[in-house]
Amino acid sequence: MNPDAEFFPRDPADHPPACAPVYKSSVLRSPRFPLLSLQNSLSEVTGPVFGAGDMGPLDHDLILNYVQTGEPIGERVIIHGRLMDGEGRGLGGMLVEVWQANAGGRYRHALDTYLAPIDPNFGGCGRTITDAEGFYSFRTIKPGPYPFRNRVNDWRPAHIHFSLFGSGFAQRLITQMYFEGDPLIAHDAIIATMPDPALRERLIAKLDLKASVPLDTLAYRFDIVLRGRRQTRFENKLAGS
Amino acid sequence: MPYLPETPSQTAGPYVHIGLIPRQAGFEIFANNLGERMVSDATRGERIRIEGRIFDGGGSLVRDALVEIWQADAHGRHAHPADAQEGAAPDPAFHGWGRTGTDFSTGIWAFDTIKPGAVEGRSGRGRMAPHVSLWIVARGINLGLSTRMYFGDEATANEADPVLKLIDPVRRNTLIAPRSGREGAVVYSFDIRLQGEGETVFLDI
Repeated sequence: MNPDAEFFPRDPADHPPACAPVYKSSVLRSPRFPLLSLQNSLSEVTGPVFGAGDMGPLDHDLILNYVQTGEPIGERVIIHGRLMDGEGRGLGGMLVEVWQANAGGRYRHALDTYLAPIDPNFGGCGRTITDAEGFYSFRTIKPGPYPFRNRVNDWRPAHIHFSLFGSGFAQRLITQMYFEGDPLIAHDAIIATMPDPALRERLIAKLDLKASVPLDTLAYRFDIVLRGRRQTRFENKLAGS
Repeated sequence: MPYLPETPSQTAGPYVHIGLIPRQAGFEIFANNLGERMVSDATRGERIRIEGRIFDGGGSLVRDALVEIWQADAHGRHAHPADAQEGAAPDPAFHGWGRTGTDFSTGIWAFDTIKPGAVEGRSGRGRMAPHVSLWIVARGINLGLSTRMYFGDEATANEADPVLKLIDPVRRNTLIAPRSGREGAVVYSFDIRLQGEGETVFLDI
């Protein structure tokens, strides 16, 4: 295997711990044994390859991709940003998938029983392929907050779930994006799984007026970093050998 | 130059199906449901089913998880540019990746795929035993869990596998799926235990 294909090891300090009792669901769903740390092999540095041909023309436009009788209700927003590796290089040609609640905080999901209504014109999911420089963008409705069963008065701040692929399966990541200025961020049990405020800050999208469409749609910016590749500065053999 | 830290992971939550396998959430939206079907008539290799359940630390079934699989083709090749192994070209009729959810009532997840070939090991000297990589996310899982499934009928290759050899024999069997037949089909059974007795070996890859 080409050593340049290897990824930097994941730093556990960049992530919430597997068991975070403030988020009760994590208590019984977290391993007790330490993870077995492996050096990368071909099984980890390879991963599924996707392309623009896998996408439908409206897959990235959540305002239009589930229209039945008209457009969905709520604040129109653009979410955009850049997918990068640890050295700030854009990751082009990668699959980005999102899902979210509607403007009332209700998911189109067989198991969501929250009393806010389903929006007949909103599916709540989208996907796109990053451009050659790693940029992506979605158009959607700003999701509403909603209660969830943890403590009895726990509410999720408005958020959009992101699923990311890099070029290797070891880069696979799922996260959540929050909105700058949301007062529920300070009270959320899932955000509280990250005690370090620097980590929380990385998940908060910033209002981006310059990318907004005047008289039409507000924009937020959310950049995402996946694990970078190790660069071989020195090889353990003599030149010419 | 400073390195940028990886974006923190957050749980996929209970509604992961909407975004990644919307048909299980209960609706149709995309023309093409990625990862739903791994094998076509043209795919080379032995047809197999890999199936299992996921249990939490209290012994309860995890019925809201998403499972992804990544594997080599029947000759041990990946449909990916970083795979520079010599030999047969990667099977153009096999992508190598799939995803599914645990069933909301039975808790069973399954992939209909082909048995992969052995893949060159890290050192380039030996080959790893045939295996598939699995990645599990769900409500309550803060960072996706990675593991591998090996094949119970590959005892000799498993004995020599560089990853299995790192694992205490008491726990090694958590990664080895027994093979059985069911109505003429080959089934490998792979239950995953997130925590506690028989806890599956999870990997920091």
